[in-house]
Amino acid sequence: MPKSLISIQDFTKEEILHVLDVAEEMEHNKSQTFLSDKVVACIFFEPSTRTRLSFETAANRLGARVIGFSDAANTSIRKGESLKDTIKMVSNYVDLIVMRHPLEGSARYASEVASVPVINAGDGANQHPTQTLLDLYTIRQTQGRLDHININMVGDLKYGRTVHSLLQAMSHFSPEFEFTAPDELKLPQEYRDFMDSKGIPYKETSDLREYLDATDILYMTRIQQERFTDPVEYEKVKNVYSLNASMLQGVRPNMKILHPLPRLQEISTDVDDTPFAWYFKQAENGMYVRMAIISYLLGKR
Amino acid sequence: MEKNDGQQLKVSAIKDGTVLDHIPSSQVFKVIDILGLSGSEHPVTFGVNLDSKSMGRKGIIKISERFFRDDELNKIALIAPNASVNIIRNFRVAEKKVLAIPETVSGMVKCINPMCVTNHEDIPTKFKTIVKGSEIQLLCHYCEKITDL
Ligand SMILES: [Zn+2]
Repeated sequence: MPKSLISIQDFTKEEILHVLDVAEEMEHNKSQTFLSDKVVACIFFEPSTRTRLSFETAANRLGARVIGFSDAANTSIRKGESLKDTIKMVSNYVDLIVMRHPLEGSARYASEVASVPVINAGDGANQHPTQTLLDLYTIRQTQGRLDHININMVGDLKYGRTVHSLLQAMSHFSPEFEFTAPDELKLPQEYRDFMDSKGIPYKETSDLREYLDATDILYMTRIQQERFTDPVEYEKVKNVYSLNASMLQGVRPNMKILHPLPRLQEISTDVDDTPFAWYFKQAENGMYVRMAIISYLLGKR
Repeated sequence: MEKNDGQQLKVSAIKDGTVLDHIPSSQVFKVIDILGLSGSEHPVTFGVNLDSKSMGRKGIIKISERFFRDDELNKIALIAPNASVNIIRNFRVAEKKVLAIPETVSGMVKCINPMCVTNHEDIPTKFKTIVKGSEIQLLCHYCEKITDL
């Protein structure tokens, strides 16, 4: 079975650092040609324009050609073709598959069926490992290191998969955490157990202002309606945090605000022009990190 | 079945085969299922709600002329961790086996997550077992969610 990237835990600490180094190389040289003999499939069984464009641009910038679909609505999948058959067929055409699918575990299954590497571009609420790697890249870029960083995670810590993956990945680097969430969206017990088992210190609050001045990375997340089964629960918490420029008076000078985008009202637009806003750069970094992951899985870096 | 000293029903002895004893009565049918005994060609006898000194009530299953691999038997540990397994040869206990909780479980349990790919495609489930005190949890290989037993 070729090496795939399905869950952030598929990569060792060394592999993570290697991919970040390659991403840095890509940022310095945005147009490469060493994949000019490769074809990459971007198969999106549910639409996600942002992620798809980032992957397709990454593949193109390496010289690869891209095939695929952006939504399962018009494909044979709607006619009842099994995921296995689709993956078998596509993996006979291409050298690497980027897949997004609403079912959890679909990417792991695809990687077991495919004859080529698979990159998970999101499997429902489960994993989105390239987001985690681009978060790590951005943290290192803004702080000059990954070790001993203080990260304040804000928003939906219960359902937010980016939060869960990032804290698993950061566990390699002796971090400190603050978790800012309303009671309804606090970090699940399994992740507290995980951090206790790794000896990682963390504090919790429901007040965004409480730890704002004591953090290197303010990791804001959107509260996603589609993750809620109870609409009443969503209505209660959807507008709970809103960061604006006036709240940033006393923060650390090196502090940077990250957000997986798209943002809603949780970061007001007057924050965009402060030196602390880094979320657009973070999105750009996603392309370099995806270039690096594709290169690594195809054995070219 | 025969009446035994007027006190309890006893499942008749077998000459050669496997006896599974001290199964919680409520799990007897599940064990039969897990071992695939409903399609068995061998004689199978079982009892439920039998008196037991250690358990109060217990279940027992006897399968004639049939011996199981350890990995087949260990699946039982998931639902009847205190079950005892006796291998019978010529009416005598030739061997007692101790059940071990298997590291992985394939195919016999459904993933609890309705969005798990195994609940939508024709894929056998696969779990890693996590033992938490007296509780056994199953971590889905695909969706990475935990199913409680
Ligand atoms: Zn599952």
